[in-house]
This record gives sequence, C-alpha cells and structure tokens, in this order.
Amino acid sequence: MTTGTDVVTTAEPEVTGRRGRPRLSEGARAERRLGWLLCSPAVIVMLAVAAFPIIYAVWLSLQRYDLRFPQLAHFVGLSNYGAVLSSSYWWHALIVTLIITVVSVAVEFVLGMMLALLMYRTIFARGTIRTIILIPYGIVTVAAAYGWQYAWTPHIGYLVGGNSAPLTSQGSAIAIIILAEIWKTTPFMALLLMAGLSLVPEDVLQAARVDGATAWQRFYRVTLPLMKPAILVALLFRTLDAFRVFDNIYILTAGGNGTYSVSILGYDNLFRALNLGIGSAISILIFICVAIIAFIFIRLFGAAAPGTEG
Amino acid sequence: MAATTRQKSGWITANVVVILLVLIPVVWIFSLSFKDPSSITDPTYFPTKWTWANYKGIFNSSEFTRPLLNSIGIGLIATFISVVLASLAAYAVARLAFPGKRALIGLSLLIAMFPLISLATPLFNIERQLGIFNTWIGLIIPYIAFGLPLGIYTLSAFFREIPWELEKAAKMDGATPFQAFVRVIAPLAAPGMVTTAILVFLFCWNEFLLAITLTSTIAARTAPAALAFFTGSSQFAVPTGSISAAAVVITIPIIIFVLLFQRRIVAGLTSGAVKG
Repeated sequence: MTTGTDVVTTAEPEVTGRRGRPRLSEGARAERRLGWLLCSPAVIVMLAVAAFPIIYAVWLSLQRYDLRFPQLAHFVGLSNYGAVLSSSYWWHALIVTLIITVVSVAVEFVLGMMLALLMYRTIFARGTIRTIILIPYGIVTVAAAYGWQYAWTPHIGYLVGGNSAPLTSQGSAIAIIILAEIWKTTPFMALLLMAGLSLVPEDVLQAARVDGATAWQRFYRVTLPLMKPAILVALLFRTLDAFRVFDNIYILTAGGNGTYSVSILGYDNLFRALNLGIGSAISILIFICVAIIAFIFIRLFGAAAPGTEG
Repeated sequence: MAATTRQKSGWITANVVVILLVLIPVVWIFSLSFKDPSSITDPTYFPTKWTWANYKGIFNSSEFTRPLLNSIGIGLIATFISVVLASLAAYAVARLAFPGKRALIGLSLLIAMFPLISLATPLFNIERQLGIFNTWIGLIIPYIAFGLPLGIYTLSAFFREIPWELEKAAKMDGATPFQAFVRVIAPLAAPGMVTTAILVFLFCWNEFLLAITLTSTIAARTAPAALAFFTGSSQFAVPTGSISAAAVVITIPIIIFVLLFQRRIVAGLTSGAVKG
C-alpha cells in the first residue's frame, strides 16, 4: 500500500515522508486510542448483556430462590448443583441433547457436503439451487416446526396414516425433532462447506485426475484435506448450535414423553417451576458444556477460531 | 468438456430432488393455511376447500397484528443499532493496529456461541428489576448484543476487501476527508453493511427463546412467540389454521429477502467462515 502511494505521489515524496515519519509514534498512539474508541460501544453492550448476566447467574445458582417467595431467597452454596447433578432429569436431558446433536450434525455433514458439491459443480440452475436452499435457512424455526408438527399429527398431517401418533412416543418424536433440525440447518452447513470447496485449487484436482485418481480418491485424498479448516468451522458452529436446541422441541413436543433437551429443562425450571436457583444452576452447567465442546474442537481438532488471524 | 446426456440428467435429477425436499414442507404450511376449518382434519396435502378465513381471522385480532408490529419494530431498531456499532468495531479490526483486537474477536466469538438459555434466567430477573421486562427495549438490547458478533465478523471480512488506497487517492485529488468517505468509501462499504443488516434482521426475526422468556403479553411479544401462545376459539379447537396462516405471514418476508438478496446472503454467511 505504501509503495503504491509512493509511486502515485512521486511529485512530492518529501511531503509524505515529512508528514508520515515523525508522526509515527504519536500516530500509532492515536490509532490505538481510535481503535479502542471505535470498539468500546460494541464491547460495552456485549459485556452488559452477556458477561454481567452470566456472573449474576452464577450468584443466583448459589441461592435457594423461588420466584413465588423471593423474600425467602438465601445462600445455599453448591447445593443447587448437587440437586441438578444427582437428578435423573438432568442426565436424561443431557443424553437426549447429545443424541440430537451428534445425529443431526453427522447427517447434516454428509448431506451438506453432497449439497455443497451439487451447488459448486452443477451445470444447471446453480442460482436457483442456491436461492431455494436459503429458504430453510431463513425460515422462522417456529413456523417450520409447526409445519412439521401438523404434518405428523394424526388426521391433519400428510405424513402420518391411520391412528399412529409418532410425536407422542419418545423414539419417533426425537427422530422427528432431528429431522426438523436437519431440514432447517443443512443449507447453512452446505454454504460453509461450499466456501471451503472454493479453496481447493482446480489444478491440484486436475493433476490428481491426470495421475489416474478416481473421483472418490480425488475427493477423499485431495478435496477433504484441503477443506479441513472450513469443515472444522462448520462442524463447530453447528455442534454448538445443535446443543442449544430449543425452538423445535418446544413446538413439536414441548419436551413431553422424555424428549426434553437441556435448554428445555432449564426453561421449565425457570418458567414452570419458577425456581430461579435451580434454573440458574442448569444454565451454568449448559454454559460449561458448551465451553467444553468449543475447547475440544479448538484444542483437539485444531479448529482455528474464525477471524483470529486478525 | 461437454457434458454427456447421462451427466446432464444426473445433475437435473439431483437438483429436482433438492428443490422438492426444500419446498414440500414449505408448501405444506401454505396449503394448511388455506384449508377451510371444516376440512382441516382431512389429511390431504393440498386443500380440498380453499379459504382466506384464516388470514382474515389473524389480521382481525391484535393477538397477531400487535406481535407482528413488535417483530418489525424490534427487528429494525436492533438491526440498525447493531450494524452501526458493529461497523465501528469492524473498521477498527480491519484497519487499525491496537492491542486488545484478539480479545475483542474472542469476546464476540464467545457471545456467538453462548447458549441463550444461560442468559434467559439472569436477564429475566435483571429486566424485571430494571422495569424493562416485557418492553421493546428489553428485547432490543439483547438482540443488539447477539447481532454484534455476527456483524463484527461479517463486516470486518468485507472491510478487509475494500481498497482503502482509493481514499488516499481521492484526497490527493483534492477531496476533503469527509468527501473521500462519503463518495468513495461509503459506496464500497454499503454492500457489506446491507448484507450484515439482512443477517442480523433474520436473527432477530427468528429468535424465539428470549422472545418468550422476556415478555409476558402482546405488548412486546414478537410474532414467533405469539404463534406459540395462539389459542383456538374454544378450548377444544386447535388453532391449526390460524397458526399456519401466521406462520406463512412471517415466512413471506424471508422468501422476499432470499429472492432479492441471494448472492449477498451467501457471501455474508461464508465471509467470516473461510478466513479461519
């Protein structure tokens, strides 16, 4: 950039020099101040809405606090955590959440990769496909969830015959929740993977083809390794997102018949049982789970957190 | 490389399959919303008796119109503030050298990954004490905060691509700093900001968990939350038709956005991710 400017301004190079050089340290300091100044509103809002409440939640989780009797709130140490961790509801919710997360992310990855390859390579209607798949991404989860709910409701839905009611038994209800998640978020996965595909140089693939690699070998040995950063980012985003699953379950089953996730459990404790202490303890435990997942991805798989090069 | 007929038909089949898988559930909601209440219980995919009654019903009731207004208002205000604040921060991230840049990116990454339920409990209590529970402000503030990470990411990726030398060149040609910004930089930055605004608006429009936990009446409840609280005309009537019609109404803006801004949305979604 500097050299470019120098070339343009050869008519008066000494001016740039005089103006630029002596100011450097002062300029650097001014730049620093400006940087902080520009970032401060964003930082303040994010800290106020996220950091402060999470600390407050830790404090709440250490109290016995029933919303119906707020004046009786008192400090109880870690006993709320003991209550949650020794409760079968928590472990059940955690297992359901993990099943939904693992199955939906795994299926989304495979389908998303196929969709990404389709969007990237198709010779027909590329724009149409890219437009169409944004509909599930953009559609309000609640609206789509009602669509799925009615589709599987006996006597209303086109997907269900006779008197079977798949949303009322645990296994099939969880399968439908996973289906709704997959339908909604595969496009997002596919778009991130497609961006990764564009990082694979065409000539490398061409070279592999000349060397006699089959289509599968080219994909598995060349494309996949080169896409690794994009894949890890996509998986990390979607895993954390899937772990928070709430909207689909709330609409489809409201957590009934053993289909509740950790988020639903937290919600129920707060707004049905009105137990702020237990609700906060669950919130903090979910936060810790999310942190562990992120940590595993970043440390074990070496997923570069997006944007960190800056 | 000319495509063979077999390849052609393969691509066409794959495309058609994807389009059908996407559209069948969406068209289903549309078709439910046009079903006459008397025929809602016959499980055909398309309506046998068409009616506008469901739409007339929801638009005659403040149970839906008010939340729709809330959604639009809260979404627009939160998006505007979020994009302005994110632009300032993203400009700094993309253009300036200052210590703490990594911390800022780390913080926004952390917030982007935050489980919303972890915040629902404390925010619920804080907002009740501050008296902003069940108000627009009570939703706008958290939406700004969660729009910011998305905004900072997307915008700093866009801002990095802007040829900033042009600003200098414009000044060389005698433009004031203000003119250089308005005439040269702003037009280059606008597409990124529009893209970011769309993504943040979609987030606000879609958000459900905070919308049901931080509101208690239709005074501030947004449309997705209102949907979950729809009741039938009697205790035994399931409001299937009304809910489907309302679901269609809140889906239409999304479809319009997608049709108009397909390229931008794709660019915005992928801009932050590839850099990693």
